Order: sequence, then structure tokens, then C-alpha cells
Amino acid sequence: MIKVVFFAALREQLDCSQMEVTPNSTITTVGALKAHLAEQGETWQSLFANSALLSAVNHDMVANDHPIKSGDEVAFFPPVTGG
Amino acid sequence: MTNAVSISIQTQDFNLSDEVALLEQDNNIDGAVVTFTGRVRNKNEGLKVSGLYLEHYPGMTEKSLEKIINTAQQRWDIGRVTVIHRIGQLSIGEQIVFVGVTSMHRKDAFAAAEFIMDYLKVQAPFWKKELTEQGEKWLDAKSTDTNKAQQWD
Repeated sequence: MIKVVFFAALREQLDCSQMEVTPNSTITTVGALKAHLAEQGETWQSLFANSALLSAVNHDMVANDHPIKSGDEVAFFPPVTGG
Repeated sequence: MTNAVSISIQTQDFNLSDEVALLEQDNNIDGAVVTFTGRVRNKNEGLKVSGLYLEHYPGMTEKSLEKIINTAQQRWDIGRVTVIHRIGQLSIGEQIVFVGVTSMHRKDAFAAAEFIMDYLKVQAPFWKKELTEQGEKWLDAKSTDTNKAQQWD
């Protein structure tokens, strides 16, 4: 299982803070996971089409081609606004 | 002994004098102490702000701050570093963030403190939701912050 978590405005728009995804032969990268999540509905499709969306795997910011595997924690969130 | 690096994500306020005292305690090697404190403004993009809510990603926040501080340590000759970031509900005028850096000389302390703050702004997973006269609003990231951080590349 891959644990997927969402934060801030994205979490509110999706009305979902976390979910589990079973990895398969196509869901092998962050980008592929995004494509899979985009299939959950119209809201998901438009939100995951946003290129400004940031991704992290096991607490490190990564790009779309980063590999993912069972046991990973993958996070998606809007650009950060702390400080 | 005081640790060289201190990172704290907390709901409670912090005291500037206490933090400076900790940076200086048993530390007579460093002649420079630079600190930055960020506070909640009463206005943003023309809208009156009554307060804000800060969310973060527990675990990743600490890891990302450690990486930023680690990069600063490799780049400049610095002594101790303290980063405090508050989360949760904050009112106007309240302190949000503290960055303190000590060094033998001021140049490294100034540069490292600014670097840590610039990178915190664009890499540490914090998000602000403003409470304005027009309701609640998640803040949009600013391209000026991204450009400011890129100046260090």
C-alpha cells in the first residue's frame, strides 16, 4: 500500500486528507500516481492537472519522475506559504 | 551544553530574549548573533487581515528545515542555529517565525540567517490561511519569494 496525504487548500478542495493506493504495474512514479488520482472525478482531474502542485515522497520534495513503491508516504500540496 | 541546531514547531509563543540567551550561553567563540522575527501583518494585498491559521506537514517540516540549515552550515562558517515556527491560530502582531544564527563574524551570520529564511519560505511545508474582511482565504505563493531564494543558487 502507498499512503497518500493531502494538505491545505488541496485537502479542502478534495475533501480528503489521506487515502491508500495499491501500487500496480502502471503506478510506479509520482506522475503516474497523479494520473491515477485524476481519474477519481472532475474535481480531482482539474486539481491534479495544476502544474504548480508540489509532491513529496517520504518527506522529501520530488519531481514527477520519482519512483514510488509500497510502504511509501506520498504527499501532494499547493506551493508553500510559511514564514 | 546547548545543541548547535534547534528546530521547534510549536503553537505557543516564544521569547526573543530567551532565544538569544540560549544562542549565547557558554558560547564565547561567536562574536556575532543575528536574529529575524516574523510577525502577523494587519494587511495583505489591500485586504484587512484579522488573523491567520497556519497548517504544516508534521515530519516533513522538521526534515526540510534540517536540510536547509545543513546547507547553510556547509556554505558559511556558522555556530549555532535556532529556527522556531508557530502553527495554529495567530492574531495580528503575534510572532510567527524566529531564525537565529551565531558566527565568529557578522558576515556569515547575516548571510546564513537570510538564506535560511528565504529557503524556509519556499521549501518548508507550511501554509497560511488568512482571516480577512471577505472571509477565509488560503494565501497564494509569491513569485517574488521564489526569485529571492533562487538568488542564492
